[in-house]
Amino acid sequence: MPAVQETIEQVKAIDVDQYKYGFVTDIESEKGAKGLSEETVRFLSAKKNEPQWMTDWRLDALRRFQQMDEPDWARVSYPKIDFDDLYYWAAPKSVEGPKSLDEVDPELLATYAKLGIPLAEQEILAGVEPKNRVAVDAVFDSVSVVTTFKEELKKAGVIFCSISEAVREYPDLVKKYLGSVVPITDNYYATLNSAVFSDGSFVYIPEGVRCPMELSTYFRINEQNTGQFERTLIIAEKGSYVSYLEGCTAPQRDENQLHAAVVELVALDDAEIKYSTVQNWYPGDKDGKGGIYNFVTKRGDCRGKNSKISWTQVETGSAITWKYPSCILRGENSRGEFYSIAVSNGHQQIDSGTKMIHLGKNTSSRVISKGISAGKSENTYRGLISAHRKASNARNFTQCDSLLIGQDCGAHTVPYIESKNASAQFEHEATTSKISDDQMFYCLQRGLSEEEAVALIVNGFVKDVIQQLPMEFAVEAQKLISISLEGSVG
Amino acid sequence: MLEIKNLHARIAEDETEILRGVDLTVNAGEVHAIMGPNGSGKSTLSYVLAGKDDYEITEGEVLFNGENMLDMDPDERAAAGMFLAFQYPIEIPGVATMEFLKTAMNAQRKARGEDVLSIPDFMKRVKAAASHLNVSMDMLKRPLNVGFSGGEKKRAEILQMSLLEPKLCVLDETDSGLDIDALRVVSDGVNKLRSPERAMVVITHYQRLLDHIVPDVVHVLSKGKIVKTGDKDLALDLEKHGYAEYIDTAA
Repeated sequence: MPAVQETIEQVKAIDVDQYKYGFVTDIESEKGAKGLSEETVRFLSAKKNEPQWMTDWRLDALRRFQQMDEPDWARVSYPKIDFDDLYYWAAPKSVEGPKSLDEVDPELLATYAKLGIPLAEQEILAGVEPKNRVAVDAVFDSVSVVTTFKEELKKAGVIFCSISEAVREYPDLVKKYLGSVVPITDNYYATLNSAVFSDGSFVYIPEGVRCPMELSTYFRINEQNTGQFERTLIIAEKGSYVSYLEGCTAPQRDENQLHAAVVELVALDDAEIKYSTVQNWYPGDKDGKGGIYNFVTKRGDCRGKNSKISWTQVETGSAITWKYPSCILRGENSRGEFYSIAVSNGHQQIDSGTKMIHLGKNTSSRVISKGISAGKSENTYRGLISAHRKASNARNFTQCDSLLIGQDCGAHTVPYIESKNASAQFEHEATTSKISDDQMFYCLQRGLSEEEAVALIVNGFVKDVIQQLPMEFAVEAQKLISISLEGSVG
Repeated sequence: MLEIKNLHARIAEDETEILRGVDLTVNAGEVHAIMGPNGSGKSTLSYVLAGKDDYEITEGEVLFNGENMLDMDPDERAAAGMFLAFQYPIEIPGVATMEFLKTAMNAQRKARGEDVLSIPDFMKRVKAAASHLNVSMDMLKRPLNVGFSGGEKKRAEILQMSLLEPKLCVLDETDSGLDIDALRVVSDGVNKLRSPERAMVVITHYQRLLDHIVPDVVHVLSKGKIVKTGDKDLALDLEKHGYAEYIDTAA
């Protein structure tokens, strides 16, 4: 596989510091006042020219947030976050609503180019014809900078824009669906997000439409002491299909940065949503200093009959990850899937997994989780599979595999299974393994270096999940995993 | 090609001495068989040659084409042309055999400063080598050694050997776990690789493998030392009389 070779070369090129996206973009930005208050929320809402109903929705969430306590059940530890020491609004100064790529600050475009994101539609016009076209929504700190291929998508009836734009342009859709999967009271971080969410993507696929290209969002935190609170809402009408990918990076900073996102998916009758994430936030340095706190609520609602939602995630970044992409299987015959690769190295802490909530008849779900721990990291899979009284013939298959590299890391599996219907069938399989000395020796005997051997064995371990990713991201994900594990042997 | 002088080695963990002064010289073009009873140190010798770090060398030296092999890491030895066919090949889950072959071949080529193989060139080589060993395309797509039968595992080892084109081949009990038909296929594969530029060390308990791979020299290893050296008739003699005589000699 070329990816393995490329990985090794990339790893070598990266030198001691493994995180290649750690640069800071020098761009003039505008920030709101520090601290979390009604004033902050009103300022933010006004900045975005939001209608009154949106401002009220936010204020309602803020009031509830102020009465909530931070949850402590996850297997992660970190100093308490001072929400009054954060900025809730940061935007590159020059980009108040660009109409096209020409109006975007070249500095920003350069940043995205550095990240390897194909923003420029011009390339295609200039005759560079990529195999698969991907429409991108790029979010820089608090605002969406640019969304590509808008016109072409519009022809198919697909709406793909920033959530801020959707609030202004498609208020009926937003009102109907926002908070309908993750209510504002859902949990601490989701409530915080509801009060101060800055930007994110909005996708609407009309009835019977198969979205003509992959949709993708890239999130980038640049500013210091800034929280990123993005909100994504995807609605797939009857019989429609969409595949969506998000990628995330942040500069290398000594302070911890907060990222608390909410993603809501709604699939109606016979609709399918495939949501893939390649998360590579800055994980902190080798001593555990800095890095992103990633507290994310992702949930999909299979609201219609025969609907399907599939989550695929590759998690390599963040100092702390707290994330459980879930499916509510409400419609009859609906199906939920969760494929996950969670790689932790250094001092990273991951507590991630999924919830499959079977409400409707004949619903099925599948969970494949691959955790890889190295260095001094802790990696926990936490999952809930539940069948409610009416969920007759619910089916689930769960497989959790953990791979340990080295002596000082931990892997934990915490599955919860609740069944209130006698006809439900749930299967759970779990394994924990180490890269054995024998495997390493065998590979070395065939001429592989230690790094090549680890990359090969790990890529074999995660293969089931990599296959679920869209082709072009599968290669990227493999590289990323190997880079994350650089220096984990020897 | 291979010179082993007064080699002493012990298990690193508990310091049990296994090799107690092995002397062996194998020239290019020769096939040497090493026979001996269980626990005589045959497998240890093969692991020490490949550089497994479970063993400590306490005395002696090993020269490979005049270079001190004991100073080289296992992957450096491999790139220099040392190949070990394992008695118990290791499973690599999720890694297709084909992918493993390509990774290994290119790793060695890179270590030697050669260009990586183009895909068509690689495929051509694999197909040619695989057909000689009755290795099907289907088997090449399966993860390496995972769920392979005894015969498939050994054929996969010889397939790797033929593709990596080593200068020195050490075969550790390649006949174990093989039925008669598989033994023939594997032996034919090995015989095809015999050449004036290549040396082979064949480790085995039994004479029957040597009916197929006829050695130039036969050694008896007992209690960590070579106690007898002869031609292929020595193997026949052992088959008749067993190892008892040599165990006593060593004691």
